[in-house]
Formats: sequence, structure tokens, C-alpha cells
Amino acid sequence: MTASAFWQIAIVLLVAGGLSVPVGHYLARVFMNEHTFLDPVLDPLDRLAYRIIGRETVSAPMNWKGYAVNMLLTNVLMGLLIYFILLWQGALPLNPLHFPDLNPFLAFNTAASFITNTNWQNYGGESTLSLFSQMAAITFPMFTSAATGFVVAIGFFRALASRNGGQDLGNFYRDFVRVLTRVFLLPCLLITPILVWQGSPETLGAMAVAHLVQGGTQHIPMGPVADLEVIKHLGTNGGGFFNANSAHPFENPTPLSNLIETLLMMVTPMALVIAFGRIVGNKKLARVMYSVMALMLVAGIVIAVSAEQGGTPLLAHAGLMQHAGHGQAGGNMVGKEVRFGVTQSAIFDTVSTAFTTGTVNSMLDSYTPIGGMVSLVQMMLNCVFGGKGVGALNFLMYGIFAVFIAGLMVGRTPEFLGKKIEKREIVLASLALLIHPLIILVPTAWSLIAPYGVSSLGNSGSHGLSEVLYAFTSAAANNGSAFAGLNGNTPWYNVSLGLVIVFGRYASIIFMLALGGSLAAKPTVQETVGTLRTDSALFGGFWLATIIVVGALTFFPGLVLGPIAEFFALHAHHMPWGTR
Amino acid sequence: MRQYLGSAVRFTVLTWLFFGLGYPLLEVGINQALFPGPANGSLVRLHGRVVGSRLIEQRFTGATWFHGRPSAVHDDPRSSGGSNLGPLSPKLFRHLLARRQRLERRHPSLVGKRLPADMITSSGSGLDPDISPATAYLQAPWVARARGIPVAIVRRLVARHIRGPWLGLFGNARVNVLMLNLALQNAEHGR
Repeated sequence: MTASAFWQIAIVLLVAGGLSVPVGHYLARVFMNEHTFLDPVLDPLDRLAYRIIGRETVSAPMNWKGYAVNMLLTNVLMGLLIYFILLWQGALPLNPLHFPDLNPFLAFNTAASFITNTNWQNYGGESTLSLFSQMAAITFPMFTSAATGFVVAIGFFRALASRNGGQDLGNFYRDFVRVLTRVFLLPCLLITPILVWQGSPETLGAMAVAHLVQGGTQHIPMGPVADLEVIKHLGTNGGGFFNANSAHPFENPTPLSNLIETLLMMVTPMALVIAFGRIVGNKKLARVMYSVMALMLVAGIVIAVSAEQGGTPLLAHAGLMQHAGHGQAGGNMVGKEVRFGVTQSAIFDTVSTAFTTGTVNSMLDSYTPIGGMVSLVQMMLNCVFGGKGVGALNFLMYGIFAVFIAGLMVGRTPEFLGKKIEKREIVLASLALLIHPLIILVPTAWSLIAPYGVSSLGNSGSHGLSEVLYAFTSAAANNGSAFAGLNGNTPWYNVSLGLVIVFGRYASIIFMLALGGSLAAKPTVQETVGTLRTDSALFGGFWLATIIVVGALTFFPGLVLGPIAEFFALHAHHMPWGTR
Repeated sequence: MRQYLGSAVRFTVLTWLFFGLGYPLLEVGINQALFPGPANGSLVRLHGRVVGSRLIEQRFTGATWFHGRPSAVHDDPRSSGGSNLGPLSPKLFRHLLARRQRLERRHPSLVGKRLPADMITSSGSGLDPDISPATAYLQAPWVARARGIPVAIVRRLVARHIRGPWLGLFGNARVNVLMLNLALQNAEHGR
């Protein structure tokens, strides 16, 4: 790795880590309904929202079922709203380029994808969506889906923190409103102008026509891009205004905008772990979790940057410089932008899959086998900080799993934060975790044997397999990034990916909430010398091992057939692309 | 349950109006006032005519201009994207080889030389407005020859258009092809 790459990685991580501490304390105050410095401005706004929602509703205490029911209610209604906006886009206002309605398959896939914080896109924004759709059906759920994840996490944290066996987790709508006003609103308002200043458009003019220097014309679509960019990253959403996502110069015009977008993705999920420690009253445990997640993240970034900077024998064979220097980036520049170079590209895409954003500033399909595999693995584990709320919850599921296994090994009653882990808990945690490989591997296998699945492949051989595996992993992890050579806009992929997205989101959340409800109702047991400590470095190591073992056992065969086979083929002596 | 349904409907409409319409329209208003240039696509005007966007690649052909990177979408901003060819793809290799041979035919001095990594690879957006300084300097001699101006002047022009990494560290040094070509045209008119 070059010195410049090292410092770029180190500084991004240090700045994100540094910011996550104060933000974490702030999040904890927001979630524990404590006073925050913005209250004088935002309280009136909250009160107005409470009045519109209904005083009875916002003052009713809710148990886990209340959270689950209201989450489903709001999400279904919002999903339907998005679906019908897309379905009737042609008849709606602000459609200056006269885009037609989306077909029902694509509208379903898109609505399911955006209401679940996935942002998988089977369409190119600039050639499909009206400005109205971009605002009212894309930007809108970017706020609410991210807030939904946060609210679920808050409910679960409160369940772990409850000390008296009470069932109440709080109030779903109050939490939802507070997250929207206190976490998302202000950064969006303030950072949008910075992105515009850097070059991201923010206009209601849909298209500029340029008469080019050498003749001919160029039609340049644009729209309200910058405001979408901020919430896209802050909410770990990831769906681009344009097909090329954050590789597009209008979405991500400069290295500075790239850094801002990277940090926006990272800070709140990292801060959530710190907030968790304060809410459950065990900062040491939070530190253990934070360290394990950070370790996995650093490993991922370093491997991805090294792999991309290393280039490939194919590129070397085509006579391209493979080392950075002499005023060029070296490495694998296929599908990457000059202004970001190899390092900022690999950092961005790795962060995007770790934090399950799904935005890309370089095309993952053209990454080296190992560079692309890093993104794939992070989505398979789905807990390297992870997306809004759900990443931390997945990590806790593994923790409960680890406590159970460790307890069996040393013959102690498994306890987590003073709550006994018994059959019901371990069943729910297993279900929440196992649904993930199930909805990845089964549809992947199905797609690979069905002609309507194989016909969408953009590449052949093991890379083609990777494309399908990546698609379902991305859908199940609610990530949204893609090996984009796969044509997903067919009835089969629209429906199957849409269903995987919905199951991946709601089934696991409902299992987690049920687990939370069951833990909340348990009386806290006194800690004794016989208690297996979960807030030690030793247990952190065991936690990490559990994640890796479970992840490896479920996904290793898929990885061997895809990226690993490709890696060996690429570096083998006989090059299938022939010689010059 | 009925109480919750009513609340959920009202909440959905409220957040939709606020974040789906209010927030984007407010930002459009603010930014049109604050940064009208970039907010409208960083368009470049020459004699009052829009000749392109500073941020969007346009195709230059012939020896008298600097060339941008290959584009998987033929520089059409209406369908941005990369080639999405995998690292082992025979098609990727054929593309790279064809571009290389086209260059070598026109500039025999390139035969056997290693090219900058960005020069014949297509970008992620298909609209990358930049090339690396190495790619720009490599083109300087033949652009100068075709225009009949001293290489030193063209090289100085390239040097003046290099934008370094942010804070000297983040991202890569780059040269905006459109701005460089416009400056080149300007320099010739000025002579």
C-alpha cells in the first residue's frame, strides 16, 4: 500500500471515529428523551407533529407488538404511496421529460426497495423517473426508512435496558418524530449547500442542452440532486439520482464531496454503538462491540484498497501502468473515476457495503475478485457497523449466539446484560440470523438453474455467478449496491429481489423485536462471580470468531464458486482471454 | 387498531409533505439563490452559448484536441454508467487491446510503452470529465504538433490545469479535459 493510501484510510477512520463519540452521546440523549441543545427550536415542530398524529396515539405506551404493528402499518402505507406515485408517474406533475409510468413489476421492486432502506435500483434514474418521483417517491422514503431502522433499534436497546421486567419500550411515533427532527433534519439542511457549492445540481430544470465544442449536442439531465445525496448517505440509503450513482460527477463532483459522503455514511451507525452503551448502562460492552466492528471494517478497507491498487494480470497484459506514480493512479481503474483514484474509490465502496448504504463511486462489477469479495462478505456478515439500526441489532444477535455457545462450553448459564438467555431467545436470535443466508442462497441457486435467471447475466463464468450471488446478498442485507452487469429489470428479478428485500427487512426486524419483548419481560439477575462476562476483550474475540465461523459456514461455498475461483483463474498461467 | 391506522395515515401524509416535497423544494430555493452556477449543472458558456458542463465529459476527436477517457455509454448523460465488465472478461481485454492499437497506429511512439491506468479504461460514470496529468502530458506533443504550436506552451497549459488532490492527499490529481481544450483554443486565438 502506498503512503498516500495509508494516510487517506487512517484519516477517514480517525475523523469518523472522532465524530462518532459526541454524536453517540447526542443520540443517547435523543433516544432517552433527555434535553438536547436543539429542543427550543424543534420542540414546537414535534408538538405539531404529535397533534397531527393524534394525542392518544403518541401518549400510549407500547410493547414490542405495538412497535411491530405500527412499523408495519406506517411502512405499508408509505410503500403503497411510493408504488402508486411510480405507477402513475406519467399523469403526475413535474415530469418535464414526459417519462411514462413504471410497469407494475418495476414499481413494486422500487417501492419495496426504498421503503426498506435497501435502494436496489433496477432502473436508471435519469432515464426513468420524473423530478416529482425523485422527490416524492425516492427522497421521501430515504428519511422514513432510515428512521424506521433507528426506531426499531431504540426499542430493542430499551428492552435490554429495562430492569424491572416491564413490557413497555416507549412510543413508536414519538421516537420516529424525534429521530426525523433531531437526527436527520439539521444535517440535511446544512450539508446540501456544501454539495451544491462543490458542483452537485439543485434545480427544477430537468435537462440542459449543450452545443458541443466540436459540434453535435449533448442532453444533460439534472434536477434536485444535492438534497437527495445528503439523505442518501446520512440515512445509509444508497439509491442514486443517476444510474451511475455516486460515480456520476453531479452526485459526487470532487474529492471533498466524496469525503463528506463517506463520513455521512459512517458517523451515525458508529455513534449508535456508543449510544447503545449509554442506554443499557454498560459502556465497556459498547467498547468491545465497537472494537470488533472497527477491526472488521479496517481489515475490509485495507484488503480492498490493496487489491484494487494491485491491479490484475489482464490489465498488465494490456500494457497499463500498475503502480501509482508519475501523475497517474495505477492499479485497476476500470469503472473508476480519475478524481477519486483507486484509494478513495475502494474506501468508498467498502464503507458503503459495511454500513449497508449501497451507494458506489466506482463500479463493483469491474473490481478485482478480492476487492469485490470484500464488499460481498461485508453484506453477508451484515454487521460491520451496518445500516441504520439494523447493523447493531444483527451484531447483538451474534452476541446472544456467542453467549449461548460460550456458556455451553464452560458450563455457565448464558446471560446477556443481566438477562438469562433461554430457549425462546436463542430460537428467535437464530431465526433472525438464519433467514439471511436462506433468502440469499435459495434464490441464487434458483436463478442459476432457470433460463430466465441466467439470461440476465452480464458476464460469464464464475463472475456471472458472483453477479447473481451479489444481487441477492445485497437485497437480503438491504444494501442496494450491485454487480451492475446483471440486468435486474426483468419480471423474475424484479419480483424475486423485491420479495427477498421485504423478507430480509421485516422478518428479521420482527424476530428481533419479539426477542426484545421477551428480554424486556425478564427480571434482571444479579451478576455473580459465576457470570460469564460479555464486556471483556476475551469475549470480544469470541464474538468475532462466532461471526466469522457462522458466516464462513454458510457462505464459503458460494464464495469459492464465485470470486475465489475467479481470483485463481485470473492469476493462473493460462489466460483465457488469449495472448497478444 | 383503528386509532393506529388513522394515526399512521396522518403520519405518512405529514412526512411525505415535509420530506418528499417541502425539503427538496426549500433546498432548490436556497441553492438557486446561493450558488446559481453549480446548482444549474456547472454549464460552460462560450459567446453566450452553452458548450457543455464542466463536470460532464464530452467527446473530442482528431489530433488537435486532448481526448478524455473512453466511455461505456458514448458520453451520453441520459444513460450514465460503466462497462460493468468483470476483471477476467475477454470482452474487457478485447476493448483495451483495440483502444491501444488505435492509439499505436496514430502514434507509433507508444508501441511497447506502458500507458497510464486511466487512459484506455472506461470510467464508472461514463462521464468522467477528467484525465490524469500523465495522460494529459502524454498527449501534449501530438496536440502541439497538430496545432503547430510549441510543445512547451501546451505543456504549460496542462500544468496550469492540474488540480491536485484535496489537501494534497484525498483523491487524485486531475485535468479537466473540456477546460483544457477551451484554454488551448483560446491560447491559439490569442497568438
